[in-house]
Amino acid sequence: MKVKVLSRNPDDYVRETKHDIQRVPRNYDPSLHPFEVSREYTRALNATKLERVFAKPFLASLDGHRDGVNCLAKHPRSLSTLLSGSCDGEVKVWNLTKHECVRTLQAHEGFVRGMVVRHCGTSFFTIGDDKTIKHWKMEAPGYGEEEEPLNTILGKAVFTGLDHHQKNAVFATCGHQVDIWDEQRSTPIRSFTWGVDSFSSVRFNPVETELLGSCASDRSIVLYDMRESTPLKKVIMTMRTNTISWNPMEAYYFTCANEDYNLYTYDMRHLENPVKVHIDHVSAVLDVDYSPTGREFVSASFDKTIRIFPKDSANSREVYHTKRMQHVICVKWSADNKYVLSGSDEMNIRLWKANAAEKLGVLSPREKQAIHYSQKLKEKFQHHPQIKRIARHRHLPKVIYHQKNELKVMKEARRRKERNVRKHSKPGSVPVVSEKEKHVVSVVK
Amino acid sequence: MNALNCMLLYVNAVKLPLFGHFHQRPVRYWQGTEGKAKDDSKTEGQPEQQKRQQNRIKKKRKRDEQPDGGKKVISRRPVRYWQGTEGKTKDDNKTEGQPEQQKRQQNRIKKKRKRDEQPDGGKKVISGKSDPFPGPPPIPKGKLEKFKRKGKIQKPLQHHYKLKDIITRSEEASEMAQKQAARFDLLLPEDAGFLEGDEDEDTCMISQEDIADAVDITSGAKHFNLKLCQFGPYRLDYSRTGRHLLLGGRRGHVACVDWQSKQLMCELNVMESVNDVKWLHTEHMFAVAQKKWLHIYDSNGIELHCIRKFNDVLRMQFLPYHFLLATASATGFLQYLDVSIGKEVAAICTKTGRLDVMCQNPHNAVIHLGHPNGTVTLWSPNQKEALVKMLCHQGGVRSVTVDKTGTYMITSGMDKKMKVFDIRAFKPLRSYFLPTGASCLSLSQRGLLSAATGDIVQVYRDVWSTPVTKPYMAHRVRGSVWGLGFCPFEDVLGVGHGEGFTSMLVPGAGEPNFDGLDANPYRSAKQRQEWEVKALLEKIQPELITLDPSELGYVDRANFEQRHQDRVEALGFDPLGKEKFVPKHKKKGRSSAAGIERRKRQVAHEDQRDVIRKTVEDRMKLEEERNRMKEKKAALSGKRSALDRFKK
Repeated sequence: MKVKVLSRNPDDYVRETKHDIQRVPRNYDPSLHPFEVSREYTRALNATKLERVFAKPFLASLDGHRDGVNCLAKHPRSLSTLLSGSCDGEVKVWNLTKHECVRTLQAHEGFVRGMVVRHCGTSFFTIGDDKTIKHWKMEAPGYGEEEEPLNTILGKAVFTGLDHHQKNAVFATCGHQVDIWDEQRSTPIRSFTWGVDSFSSVRFNPVETELLGSCASDRSIVLYDMRESTPLKKVIMTMRTNTISWNPMEAYYFTCANEDYNLYTYDMRHLENPVKVHIDHVSAVLDVDYSPTGREFVSASFDKTIRIFPKDSANSREVYHTKRMQHVICVKWSADNKYVLSGSDEMNIRLWKANAAEKLGVLSPREKQAIHYSQKLKEKFQHHPQIKRIARHRHLPKVIYHQKNELKVMKEARRRKERNVRKHSKPGSVPVVSEKEKHVVSVVK
Repeated sequence: MNALNCMLLYVNAVKLPLFGHFHQRPVRYWQGTEGKAKDDSKTEGQPEQQKRQQNRIKKKRKRDEQPDGGKKVISRRPVRYWQGTEGKTKDDNKTEGQPEQQKRQQNRIKKKRKRDEQPDGGKKVISGKSDPFPGPPPIPKGKLEKFKRKGKIQKPLQHHYKLKDIITRSEEASEMAQKQAARFDLLLPEDAGFLEGDEDEDTCMISQEDIADAVDITSGAKHFNLKLCQFGPYRLDYSRTGRHLLLGGRRGHVACVDWQSKQLMCELNVMESVNDVKWLHTEHMFAVAQKKWLHIYDSNGIELHCIRKFNDVLRMQFLPYHFLLATASATGFLQYLDVSIGKEVAAICTKTGRLDVMCQNPHNAVIHLGHPNGTVTLWSPNQKEALVKMLCHQGGVRSVTVDKTGTYMITSGMDKKMKVFDIRAFKPLRSYFLPTGASCLSLSQRGLLSAATGDIVQVYRDVWSTPVTKPYMAHRVRGSVWGLGFCPFEDVLGVGHGEGFTSMLVPGAGEPNFDGLDANPYRSAKQRQEWEVKALLEKIQPELITLDPSELGYVDRANFEQRHQDRVEALGFDPLGKEKFVPKHKKKGRSSAAGIERRKRQVAHEDQRDVIRKTVEDRMKLEEERNRMKEKKAALSGKRSALDRFKK
């Protein structure tokens, strides 16, 4: 007779001393782990619920301005530095880690219209309603010294927008016309006009650094090549565009914030139709900024919310609002892809998390693993109705909620009317116009 | 074996220096001896070959470029244990090429670049030697099959490139996971037990005492008898980790024991008859079905709850992943109690009389009930009717059990038969005749079946795959058997009978390797607490109990109509339904009743008008077509052809 009976030595399964970690022998045999789909589903459901529980995006509010915040500027070298300009001509430099203002200067009389930090990070430019461009040092003046700009250029008309070249000592302003300036000269080296009397913003392309985009008051978006003397082309839309932002990774795409509550992502090479129409805001969109990864962008709106859109989705994935935040005028996505900064009418700058439920700080490896696991589970079961409902739900202020419904009704009514018109006209005489085609009036080259 | 190999190596070492340089290939312990012998015999033909080899080296460059050159190099590599013996002998024949190898060694540096380009060159180490076993070792197919979850998905069309990409990636990931799991399987520490008789010795004739003497002391101590003749017969239940045993005597004696250390945790007499006992999710709580109500006690014997909603319970099953206690009562009710929140989830009137045969399918948490009319019914808490009714026996059903993969169900009936069913296809597989019939059945984790026939407990092996003629083991207990249960993760079968309890050793019954995060027999209090929290968090809702537990993972292919119907049911109204036309109220007497009626008639059947118009048009078209065909036919028939004159 040959016999063997299971006999385990407990020493192999129990830790030796109290100071060891517990032993956990594993056996991945599927028959020992029944109901794997249902259990994973339950885990995914719990993870989704917990994500909503932990979604606390608001981090801090930076107060100190005495008028509405009109523009923000990121520091290209330092993550913790932020510059903000307000409607009373004051510029503040903030330390974001300490949540405090480190420097205040009275830069202009009237609004600070635009601000940009030079690519080296040692100085910055401001423009204001007093028709001046000022060049400031990043360092605060020493004790007893007066706060004075390095250089002041007096322009002929009010400037409304400003951006600096990625590498060279060249910057661009817009106002009555788009001007390209050399830092060393007091007159523009080049000026572009195209029958428009007012531009609202100008941005350099981050990759093809000689290209520029600007938006004008005649509802057009104009593209320029700095090396040429005439603009490249422009697209005219049904309503005015407030700002544009280039995608930093796929720099042939740019997104523009429009007055008609929508954002439009265009491919620079094909301006006939936007690549995507992003609809969710219920009032004019004032500012837009891309994340450094180029996969998402954040938009600020007159409806007192900021929204985060994936670059290829028509609807936003996130909406941030507080009771106190008024019309959001400017918004920036931090260079480490973790934070969003917004400046609003009621003199505050707010710091938000880009991922609402993300845990900040150093994560232990087990925490990281658990996060990855639950992320994967959420992704796997994202289309199940219950999980989808929980993941999608966002609380909206009452006003916005009602306005959204109202817009929906209006849109439906328009569609119905169009359908009825089509029904009672000669077949083919009322063509179906897609949402993308609707908003472009013409393209001029 | 090792000593033999060493000797052979020695022989090689002596013989080979005759031919100059001794180059020893790596020889591993698994390489066979026959190959070596052949190798030695081949050495005679060497000088002649040497010449050839010199030529060969010259031609080498050419050969390397030839496609078969690579193949030869592959066969020269040493063989691993999973490769067949033929391969091995072939391989050893190649030792004739040793002088060649020697030369090659000299030229090695020159050829370095070339070798790097060879696919089988292996990774180079700093010493310059190449890895004789390059790449990851292959995984046996059976192991891979064990971890297979699903078949390959059919790839979508070319233009769904994103979907295609996602599917490819996920398939790669799951394949990798499958491989890693299969690799990990080699590292499992324990092997299953077994019992083999000598020649002309039946394993069923080996007595328990002999087995207990033959095995080590701790295992031998797992065979024991508890003589409890006062309050018997006994029902029993092992906890999920297999550490704790719960005994319930018919006449009210309830005891829970840490049976391996033989420590009594609590013992009480409930002063009522006890129908069944069951552990709940931990060894700290158990349920006792008493004469009238269902009671829940903790491990100190303190009564925690008396649940008056559950009366006359005869049998109980605990569904560990759902935290559900299913009870079958004498009044014909099947009730489910959620033990995590203490609520009754479902109460189903089965309308089949007294329910005293019950088991669960551990694969999909469906409850199987056996009835006196020979049927077995399958139940889930979500449906008031049975999921399936199977006629299994010609008499009443005495006992039912299901294996852990949910493939086989084994039933025994009053017709003295024991039958095996495939419950995925609901088909009978085998039928056995037991002269006395089996009163209790139980399946172990590794598929051993124990059947109690009167006072004899028989254990069978492989009941579903091969027709069985005699039992694997047998043991006679005192008094008739009342309860039967295999202990999880141990080679032990517990038998409750009229004279107490017997713990039998059944080698090969238990799963040798447990999963520490699921059911760990050696877990500490802290680990148990952690497990409890996690298990409660991922409690599966009772709504998810279905016949196919992976149904949740399938794509919902409901068509628009079905989904619309669900939506209408959920909302309580039809969101796409047409609003009823309400005529506007006009002033100055224009909203007379007749006027309103007229206006209503104007839009009446508006939605149907298009359909009607279209059908009318279609009909007209069809009519026209028919007319045209008729005309054509008539025209053809009117014409006379030259051949028509032959017509009569």
